[in-house]
Amino acid sequence: METAQHIYESEHEATSTGLPNAKLAMWVFLASDCLLFGALITTYVLYRGASLVGPYPKDVFDIPYTSVSSFVLLASSLTMVLALAAVQRGDLARMRVWLLATALLGMTFVGGQVYEFTTFYREGLKLSTNLFGTTFYVLTGFHGTHVAIGILMLLSLVAMSFTGKITQRESMTVELVGLYWHFVDIVWIVIFTVVYLIPTGK
Amino acid sequence: MASVSVPGETVRGGLLRRPRSTAGFWSWVTTVDHKRIGILYGATAFFFFLVGGVEALFIRLQLAQPDGKILSPSTYNEFFTMHGLTMIFLVVMPLSAAFFNYLIPLMIGARDVAFPRLNAFSCWLFLFAGLFIYSSFALGGAPNGGWFGYAPLSTVEPGNNMLFYSTGLLMAGIASTVSAVNLAVTIINMRAPGMTMFRMPVFIWMALVVQFLLAFSLPIITVGLFESLFDRRFGTHFFDPAAGGDPVLWQHLFWLFGHPEVYILILPAMGIVSEILPVFARKPLFGYQFVVFSGIAIGFIGFGVWAHHMFATGLGPVANTAFGISTMIIAIPTGVKIFNWLGTIWRGDLRFTTPMLFALGFIAQFVVGGLSGVTHAVVPADYQQTDTYYIVAHFHYVLFAGAIFGLFGGMYYWWPKIFGRMLNERVGKVQFWIMAVGANLTFGPMHILGLEGMPRRIQTYTPALGLGVWNLVVTIGAFTIAVSVLIFIGNAVASFRRPKDAPADPWDARTLEWTVPSPPPPHNFDEIPVVHALDDFWHRKYAETEEGTLVPVPAGGSGDPRSDDAHGSGHGIHLPSPSYYPVIAALGFPLIGYGVIFHWWMAVAGAVVVLAGLYGWAFEPAAE
Repeated sequence: METAQHIYESEHEATSTGLPNAKLAMWVFLASDCLLFGALITTYVLYRGASLVGPYPKDVFDIPYTSVSSFVLLASSLTMVLALAAVQRGDLARMRVWLLATALLGMTFVGGQVYEFTTFYREGLKLSTNLFGTTFYVLTGFHGTHVAIGILMLLSLVAMSFTGKITQRESMTVELVGLYWHFVDIVWIVIFTVVYLIPTGK
Repeated sequence: MASVSVPGETVRGGLLRRPRSTAGFWSWVTTVDHKRIGILYGATAFFFFLVGGVEALFIRLQLAQPDGKILSPSTYNEFFTMHGLTMIFLVVMPLSAAFFNYLIPLMIGARDVAFPRLNAFSCWLFLFAGLFIYSSFALGGAPNGGWFGYAPLSTVEPGNNMLFYSTGLLMAGIASTVSAVNLAVTIINMRAPGMTMFRMPVFIWMALVVQFLLAFSLPIITVGLFESLFDRRFGTHFFDPAAGGDPVLWQHLFWLFGHPEVYILILPAMGIVSEILPVFARKPLFGYQFVVFSGIAIGFIGFGVWAHHMFATGLGPVANTAFGISTMIIAIPTGVKIFNWLGTIWRGDLRFTTPMLFALGFIAQFVVGGLSGVTHAVVPADYQQTDTYYIVAHFHYVLFAGAIFGLFGGMYYWWPKIFGRMLNERVGKVQFWIMAVGANLTFGPMHILGLEGMPRRIQTYTPALGLGVWNLVVTIGAFTIAVSVLIFIGNAVASFRRPKDAPADPWDARTLEWTVPSPPPPHNFDEIPVVHALDDFWHRKYAETEEGTLVPVPAGGSGDPRSDDAHGSGHGIHLPSPSYYPVIAALGFPLIGYGVIFHWWMAVAGAVVVLAGLYGWAFEPAAE
């Protein structure tokens, strides 16, 4: 019985769709996560320009600065692809380099976000100041948390590669983290556009 | 046939040795077997069913007569809130999950779910979330703002009550999301050869729809709960009108989850009924595709009707009309199912066993609840009905007289498969009739009370209102239900005193789980079955003559499970090993919850526990 034999053996199992279980699970999870960001972004859009007191977005935003950190995050998608390509041709050393590079770019983005939050805070925008503070920090904070979790997963991949859990045959774990990482990047494109680029009028 | 695990294989990298016990307490704590996890879900849900039931009895004692003095107003608020939270999140959802866990692999011909350790994690996290919410009684007061926790009441009222609500439900939501991903993948990806989507039992179809409803609706309430939590704890203004926020946003977020949730609660019971009826009518389900597609349609339209819970909030006539119409539309696929069930029993060779009685009771009573639901779709009528006992009557007909009846039917039907023992049929029938009388006595008069103007969530009422008589009848009905539940417990306990003598196929059923012994061996199937048709097992047992009469296929025919020698010992089949890490990772979450409410260092400790659990998990060797 071919199907039974492989079910718990490895990721190269015979499944009904031909897609590995873990990859299908990641897709279902990401679809679910879309709704999470959907609800957060909806809340932000609903309260755009609804703050009764300042500071307002135009008082605090530094678009060139955030554009650069956005570019850093998007660049990390490239290094993620390179990491996956490396492990798929069995080059574990190169994979570690690209994974660390991805994590580093992610950390740069999160560091930039921390700096941005601190600056806004000093300029008088707290979580409780107005609806802008409330919705801005929570939406971008949730995204930043996603990036931080992604960084943890990237570093864990590097650690796992030393225990023999990541090999050319077992490269799907890297692919899964990659799917998650690209998803978080794509979400940032939406958030950056909605939050920073579309003017609010106020 | 199956791979043989090599003894002495060295595996490195694990922090703890993988647990090995196969019996006793620790074997249950560390189990990853979907059947044991199903039983754990069921036992936990039944425990909470009794707790929520006792809360209901207290509520009914308080309301039995005007000017009741049994519960103070604040206790009453806690009791009705906890009754709702318990019955929805800690009873009907996990009881359905119990059936999903136990039956999905058996019905699709798999050895386990796609991710056995994740499955254990979901189960433990659900249990801890329930205990966490209940611990609030000892820690300064239980949630008291209704199961839908409307803002701004939930965000401004003093006390930690509603913090337990938001953090507890967030935990339960994580557990359900994880389990939804797991079970959706299992159904899509782990079907036996030949088990195409349209050869799956209807129960599996309904399970699949439910997993997608969970995966797409839970993140929405997750956001709502976080926003409510942040408003309370960190001074944000999501639902604060004074800062320009809009409390109605909470209602939208809540009901965008809350209405799909209604179908999350009822579709499993519909699936169970769709399995029971064909077996006891000895006919295939009438219009299989229609039942499946109407289930899918209910899932889709279920996301487009949420504002019918909010007609009275002032959304305006256009929105109200649109949602009134979409609500009437969703009644169509529901009606299609009812007619298909009737078509199934029409001219069937009916056997009125206990599961069949519960299934028929489900149909009759669900129709009552469904029809009163259609009256809510009429906006002007809803203005009168909203927040009265008419609503309470409606959703108890759907959820108790509907969902719970279906789930009880499922318990009677699959009890012999799960425990290897039959429940007593005569006692079961007595239980059914007492429960049916009790349910209608309890929830029928609530329609009248509601139309007479008795509001929901009211702690007491004056004699002058003239509501005393029907309220007394309702209370008598509630205690009648309690008697029927006690009878069930007696029946269950008595079944465990008898030897395990249930045959593999006691009901002459149609689906794959009846091809294996009762209870099934840990590896489920000696050989993964190959499926050739819908109701494959039935076609292996019976052929049809040209006139349409059933002729048994001679015993010992191809793959006949009635020949006992067909079952091997299952040695050498590679099963996933038990693990400590799911329960460890789940343990961290209530700590985080207490941290959010009380001291932040507890949250840090909880996060460390979760991370430790997850890392142990990721680095755990596959088997020892």
